[in-house]
Amino acid sequence: MTSFNPTRRDLLKVTAATGGALAAGPFVPRAAPEAAAQGTNAAPAPLNVVLRVNGTEHRLTLDPRTTLLDALREHLHLTGSKKGCGLGQCGACTVLMDGKRVKSCLSLAALVEGREITTIEGLAQGDQLHPLQAAFIERDAFQCGYCTPGQIMAGVACINEGHAGSAQEIRDWMSGNLCRCGAYDHIVAAIQDAARVTGSGRGG
Amino acid sequence: MHLFVLERPRDLSAALASGAQAGRNDARAEYIAGGTDMVQLLQEDVRRPERLVSLAGLLDNRIEVGPKGLRVGAAAMMADVAGHPSVVEQYPVIAEALLNSASRQVRNQATMGGNLLQRTRCPYFRDVGYAACNKRSPGSGCAAFGGENRWHALLGTSENCIATHASDLAVALVALDAAIDVRGVSAQRTVALNDFYRLPASTPHIETVLQPGEVIAAITVPLSPATRRSHYLKVRDRASFEFAVVSAAVALEMDGAHIRQARVALGGVGTKPWRVPRVEAALTGASLDPTALRRAAALAAQGARGRGHNDFKIELMQRAIVRAVETAGARA
Repeated sequence: MTSFNPTRRDLLKVTAATGGALAAGPFVPRAAPEAAAQGTNAAPAPLNVVLRVNGTEHRLTLDPRTTLLDALREHLHLTGSKKGCGLGQCGACTVLMDGKRVKSCLSLAALVEGREITTIEGLAQGDQLHPLQAAFIERDAFQCGYCTPGQIMAGVACINEGHAGSAQEIRDWMSGNLCRCGAYDHIVAAIQDAARVTGSGRGG
Repeated sequence: MHLFVLERPRDLSAALASGAQAGRNDARAEYIAGGTDMVQLLQEDVRRPERLVSLAGLLDNRIEVGPKGLRVGAAAMMADVAGHPSVVEQYPVIAEALLNSASRQVRNQATMGGNLLQRTRCPYFRDVGYAACNKRSPGSGCAAFGGENRWHALLGTSENCIATHASDLAVALVALDAAIDVRGVSAQRTVALNDFYRLPASTPHIETVLQPGEVIAAITVPLSPATRRSHYLKVRDRASFEFAVVSAAVALEMDGAHIRQARVALGGVGTKPWRVPRVEAALTGASLDPTALRRAAALAAQGARGRGHNDFKIELMQRAIVRAVETAGARA
């Protein structure tokens, strides 16, 4: 990327810095304005947290309220994992933890030390896309794209678990990931394609 | 999310000495394990504990299926229990209840003990924008009485609270006479799961018999000839990833074409997982004839009280019992 061709992320950063608070507002962790009134210390004791993400160890100092998702996005700048609901309902934040899919918005970062976290940024091998990433492009399995990283991480796990046989089975085991554009048919097809490529579609 | 001190004790005894208390909203210190419900409660300011005590890595997570029954450590993951071959084969009602809970992601994160301690999904409890909730703020009233109460309980209610218990697992376990091993700082005790949950009565903010410091250490299910022929039927608004409108857990011991013994518990209709002994007694000796099942299921409605939007569940829960018994009875 050259400076004449900024990424969408760069634009968002600039927008936020120049007062585009509406865009950034919902994604910033809420402060606790009542803290002072309650007599508690305004700043909680920060915690030293070591996170292992995509094979690299990161030493962070975090507010104890920081979720794994916020640690990934706001501290490690791995913004592929998306924040939709922040309540475990939409699945946009799905990552792998020790190879299993989890919702990163429902884990406190300080409590997942020692776990191996894989995000969408860690899925490709260099320039070689993961078969499910390639299948999503081939099948046009997204519209706005916001749910896509979560769909792909959940889909990778769904295939690895052996739950990617029939379309119905995939729909059932992918029910923790919502797509408000309604690209479900193409998402299911992409997962079926990738399961065939990796040879682990059937099972469970 | 409000401020809290996050404690990460080195061992279980240090955690138990914290005085943290699960399942009540006036506790100043609470435990967190898998966190899938607690983080939601913190995010929405429903819970504002001063201290949060992590149980990560401190509790048993083994799944043991032996001649005396099933024993599951409290830290076992829902997904691991749901996929355990012996659980699937010998306790299908448990595996089915788990597989019909939440999403695969949450089942990978949530512990068995934490599932039993999840808080109600009553929208008035979950939304601090409503001032009235006796479970969240004792003495504040109940917004569900005059509000949207389609999801609320018919059985075990009081004038203070009509919130249902949300766990599918708990319904299956209550049907199978499961017990909870409770660990405290100086002692341990065993409590039948049916007695573990308290009715709301005048103190809906106190949901379990857990005392300060105590945790669920393990879940035990006694061996019974009925557990293999068991089924969990969940009726809900979506096919997957949704809480129950009504559910029925059934385990049958058959004597030829007749029921020797039945265990039946209901979800989505009680303020706690709701066992229906009258229905079980009426099923004893009955065949799987729909008329006989229907007559027995009708006894579940005794004492049931609708609040308007949830009136339909009085009929629905009877139908759920009939279908769940038919399905379990058809199993080899």
